[in-house]
Amino acid sequence: MTIKAPVNRIIPFSNVDGPSNRMAIFFQGCQFNCRFCHNPETIHMCMNCGDCVKTCSVQALKMVEEKVVWNKDVCVNCDTCIKTCRHDASPKVTWMSADDLMKEVTRVAPYIQGITLSGGECTLRSDLIKELFPRVKAMGLTALLDSNGSYDFEKDPSILEYCDGVMLDVKAVRKEFSDWLIRYPNEIILKNLDYLLNADKLYEVRTIIFPDQDEDNEYTVSYVANHIKDRCFYKIIRYRQFGVRDQQREILGDLTTDEEYASSYVELAKTLGAAKAYLI
Amino acid sequence: MSEALNIVKDTTLTYDQTLLALAKLGENTDDSIVYSDAYYAAKKAGALCDLNEGRLPYRPRYICPDYDLLFEKGCDFLGLTPPKDLLEAINTLEIFYNHVPSVTCYPVYLGDLDHLLEPFVIKEDREYAKKILRLFLLHIDKVLTDSFVHADIGPKDSLTARILLELTEEMQLAIPNITLKYDPELTSDDFALACIRCMLKTAKPSFANHRMFMKEWGEDYAIASCYNGLKKAGGGFTLPRLKLYECSLAAESIDDFLKNKLPEFIDLQLEYMDKRVRFCVEESNFFKSNFLATEGFVKQENFTGMFGIVGLAECVNHLLHIEDKKKGFGLNPEATELGLKIMDVIDKRVAEHVAPYCDAFDHRYRLHAQVGIDSDGMEDSPGTRIPIFAEPTILEQLEVNEKFHPYFPTGTGDIFKFEETYEKTPEAILPIIKGSLSRGLRYFSGYLENCDVVRVTGYLVKKSEIEKLNQKKQSLNNVTVFGKGAQDGAHALDRRVVRYDD
Repeated sequence: MTIKAPVNRIIPFSNVDGPSNRMAIFFQGCQFNCRFCHNPETIHMCMNCGDCVKTCSVQALKMVEEKVVWNKDVCVNCDTCIKTCRHDASPKVTWMSADDLMKEVTRVAPYIQGITLSGGECTLRSDLIKELFPRVKAMGLTALLDSNGSYDFEKDPSILEYCDGVMLDVKAVRKEFSDWLIRYPNEIILKNLDYLLNADKLYEVRTIIFPDQDEDNEYTVSYVANHIKDRCFYKIIRYRQFGVRDQQREILGDLTTDEEYASSYVELAKTLGAAKAYLI
Repeated sequence: MSEALNIVKDTTLTYDQTLLALAKLGENTDDSIVYSDAYYAAKKAGALCDLNEGRLPYRPRYICPDYDLLFEKGCDFLGLTPPKDLLEAINTLEIFYNHVPSVTCYPVYLGDLDHLLEPFVIKEDREYAKKILRLFLLHIDKVLTDSFVHADIGPKDSLTARILLELTEEMQLAIPNITLKYDPELTSDDFALACIRCMLKTAKPSFANHRMFMKEWGEDYAIASCYNGLKKAGGGFTLPRLKLYECSLAAESIDDFLKNKLPEFIDLQLEYMDKRVRFCVEESNFFKSNFLATEGFVKQENFTGMFGIVGLAECVNHLLHIEDKKKGFGLNPEATELGLKIMDVIDKRVAEHVAPYCDAFDHRYRLHAQVGIDSDGMEDSPGTRIPIFAEPTILEQLEVNEKFHPYFPTGTGDIFKFEETYEKTPEAILPIIKGSLSRGLRYFSGYLENCDVVRVTGYLVKKSEIEKLNQKKQSLNNVTVFGKGAQDGAHALDRRVVRYDD
């Protein structure tokens, strides 16, 4: 049977999902539930409750055999459905095979350095990745994974065979903070940090700096910097409230982390040897 | 009040602008060249436009002198001997530029500056060379006060080009326009990236498809004025344009347009061009006695006529009865296909026409996608561009451009306004340029959305200078007024922004 995966969005040209100009493919579904998630509509699969069908103003959504069906051509991308959804899901998802995705990649190939798979969590689609990446590499493109670090790469290194590198989120190191922030056990993430470094497959690590979390910001950044040193990029990201769910915004703060404050962690990382640390 | 009196009383005009306006008024009192009644009727209906070239072509519209010859032999008429060092080279160019006319009265081609100056620059201390080049660029901006003044660099990296890029970014001047002749094999990625960084901050240089131009023109081609491909030691006699939207209004159907009306309008424009070319060569003094011609800096046989068109998008949308331009040309395969059909008719008919003179081009004129003028409004988008406010993503825009750019050896191009995240990721723009040029794009321009120096339709202006005109003050640059008109009437600066997730 053809392997297909739910795709939330494809961005033909992106300058923020890895080096140079890249096509970024966002899969639907993530097993984490990070409080700061900026695109919570990618977390769960649609439950077919039909709420969004009622609020869609252009009838781009219909119930067909108890399932929500999305008509791309009619949709005006007003995102009313996303605002309506109570399940952190999206009805605007297309199930695509490696063939389907290669059609998109081929069209854009002349203009990009490579592709980045993101999400949601892309490694939940490992079977598809193993089909797709060899074909992408055969076109002379680079192939990156943007991952939450939940996949056991050591157990299944074959997923990395045609992968140029992983962009890994290390959001929280201290266990209690991690349990609170991402609501998923983080041992596997820390194990992957070391494994990918040693396998020379770590392109970059990303950490978000939160306002008023001095202790954990410092703990996480220090841990990552001490591990990666100058062996990969370290992207320090300011927490931004945009897109974060209302309820979580009340907890995390309805503001963006101060730039100067976040910069101090770039300096910290550099002091600890992470020479390729930078702020965005 | 007479028109002359209006001009001399206009407090927004500098002295030079007043003088040029009066000269044009004087020129237009003559009617030696007589056109057919059909031509005048089509012009009156707005289907044909002469771009206010003036009634007496007393010089070709665009002149691209052979600056190599100047450096090799000097110039008798101006009493210049070949330069021996950088100061002499710059002084020679500055003197010479002042005597290179064009339709704007200013030189539209300053030479391939890196190629011309590199032998002198490398002999000097870098800082000293940079100081001289800084004064050179300042001179150009303050004396050749017209944004159609254009310099070329590339395709190979050089110290001169690097210094010019540094100065361009530091000085933030609208003049001169600059083009990089880009070839993926001859131009290093490092040099191309330096050009992109400069382009994001100053809207220049633009990237010209060196391989494409080489194939059509040979090695000795120049990019002049906005983005015009021309032959060195030659140039362009004249550039009128078909206003395709207005042309389409005369047609009863698509068939009637393609088979009857369009060919008629093409022939009328060819009549106009033939008569002007003949006059320029046979009657005016330029090729007979101007030192540029008599000393061989230009050769008459290296000139051709530029057959311009504008407003393809609106023409197609009208013919297909498309009212929402977001569903029209460039966004709808049927509309884009009709655009190609129209271009094929124009291309074929112009190629079949035996033009007077134009010896180096087998007696043929060459097509040009005209960028519009300040009075066009929203009815005729530049050349074959997708209308402002209807632009799709950059990918879709490039795919359409790639189909149309090959038609226009004498120039076409598109402009992309980039979101500020691209300031930190210029390397994301290089593969876009490489990919599109390899697929048929002729000319790529870009700038960051917060730039002061911006590219309007093909030429550069400073937003701060437009503001001066808005406040009824003078602007030294003759072209600022066009930028203001294009912004006020056609929202030329409001083009879509290329996002980080486009």
